[in-house]
Amino acid sequence: MTTLTLDRNEIVRLAALATGDEKHEASSYSTLDPLLVLYGRVLHVDPADPAWEQRDRFILSKGHGPAAYYAVLSWRGFFPEHWLPTFTRQGSRLGSHPDRLLVPGVEASTGSLGHGLPLAVGVALALRAKGADQRVVVLTGDAELNEGSNWEAIMLAPQLQLGNLTLLVIDNGSSTIDLVPIHERLTVFGWHAQPVDARDHAALEVALSARHDRPAAVVATVRTTP
Amino acid sequence: MIAMRAQAIDTVTELFEDDPHVAVVLAEISVDRFQPAFAHDPSRAVNVGIMEQTMVGVAAGYALEGFHPVIHTITPFVAERALEQLKLDFGNQQLGVLVIGVGGSYDYGSEGTTHHSPGDVQALLTIPATQVLVPGAAAEVDRLVRDTYANERITYLRTQMITNRDARPVELGRLLVERRGSDATVIAVGPMLDRTLEATADMDVTVLYATTLNPFDAETLGHELTGDDVVTVEPFFAGTLAALVSEALRDRPTRLHFVGVPRAVIRDYGTPEQLDQLLGLDAPGIRRQIVSAIG
Repeated sequence: MTTLTLDRNEIVRLAALATGDEKHEASSYSTLDPLLVLYGRVLHVDPADPAWEQRDRFILSKGHGPAAYYAVLSWRGFFPEHWLPTFTRQGSRLGSHPDRLLVPGVEASTGSLGHGLPLAVGVALALRAKGADQRVVVLTGDAELNEGSNWEAIMLAPQLQLGNLTLLVIDNGSSTIDLVPIHERLTVFGWHAQPVDARDHAALEVALSARHDRPAAVVATVRTTP
Repeated sequence: MIAMRAQAIDTVTELFEDDPHVAVVLAEISVDRFQPAFAHDPSRAVNVGIMEQTMVGVAAGYALEGFHPVIHTITPFVAERALEQLKLDFGNQQLGVLVIGVGGSYDYGSEGTTHHSPGDVQALLTIPATQVLVPGAAAEVDRLVRDTYANERITYLRTQMITNRDARPVELGRLLVERRGSDATVIAVGPMLDRTLEATADMDVTVLYATTLNPFDAETLGHELTGDDVVTVEPFFAGTLAALVSEALRDRPTRLHFVGVPRAVIRDYGTPEQLDQLLGLDAPGIRRQIVSAIG
């Protein structure tokens, strides 16, 4: 189990290095704490070997606002800190949406909303086909759940009994469609779903570490800026 | 005569049983025909239900983990409805998938416009490096599927109900020479070959047979080019091959003519043969258009 000290101020400092025109700042900071907990306490990854077969997989479906994501990856050592100030600049590897072919540790290239969850279902199926015990965690925004492709996958995952799949919804109240309470809707679809305060690191660690006999959803609610 | 769709499923099933890296992801269509694969290893054969976007996304998840996914449904529902998934989940991420479309253009003629897809190849050619295969007989399907299922890129294999009488010894990426003449060059695509040969039986033209459209075999076309006119006979929108043929002939002054499905919504119902006749894509219709083009 990964048990790093969760130095939130360090992630805020690193994220602030990633300045650019397309920072999607609010989106980025609403993901900061869950990402810190995931990479500090939950996911099994090896920054020295990003393609390590025994790693857990993480897909940032909500590709917007990757400054916090890049900050956490840099903090874990996937790439050096001096990459961060190049964010979105010509020649940089760090675009406004992450590219798996450019950034070590990024599992899937994302940006167009509604792609990550179907991808994650496929990864979960593939891990099961390999007989692997690793898991896949996919992060979406609440507004991203307006995309119909997510609901295709939300219907499908329980049917396939994908206990190795965790959906982390960052609910920052940006959805035009009223989905609240999101966890209840997901429960109706057959998920093990629970709400968590997105700033509560201990609760996030417990919720994100749990494995169930069906797909799990953790709805991390954030209503304040840093 | 074995249908191309049936052959594609047979070949994929054989590969599935032989190669543990093959995964089959379906969206309801042909689930019954793939039962041997489901029985052999259900961890690699999945029916996601009627959700084509997710069919593509799930297949990309398998590809991210090193599998060779095969997806299959009626052409408009994958080539057009799920085009962004193909573009982003596979094309932009440089992942491989074999897409087997069934019912190209208007095979489902009685179903009406919702099931037509004469624009499928043109749509898929917008994704860089996509390989497009249009075989004309079952044995050609077998060969092309085996050659491409693990090639780590998007490969679109288009099948139609109407086939040519005899399969050719097709080779991935190559045009075949069916007949050599001197007045013009005619390129027949996939299932258009037999009717093109019939249409040009008394013409002094070279007839080339195309089953791999992208990458296009510029070398053979350049070598076999005869006359000043080039006519393509396409089973999809006329002129779909315009850019590929133009690029192949960029150093050769030629007049290009495109025979294919008219760029209009087809509101008529009927069998593929009836619609071919209606749209001028049976042998007499093709002959009329070629004569009109090259005089």
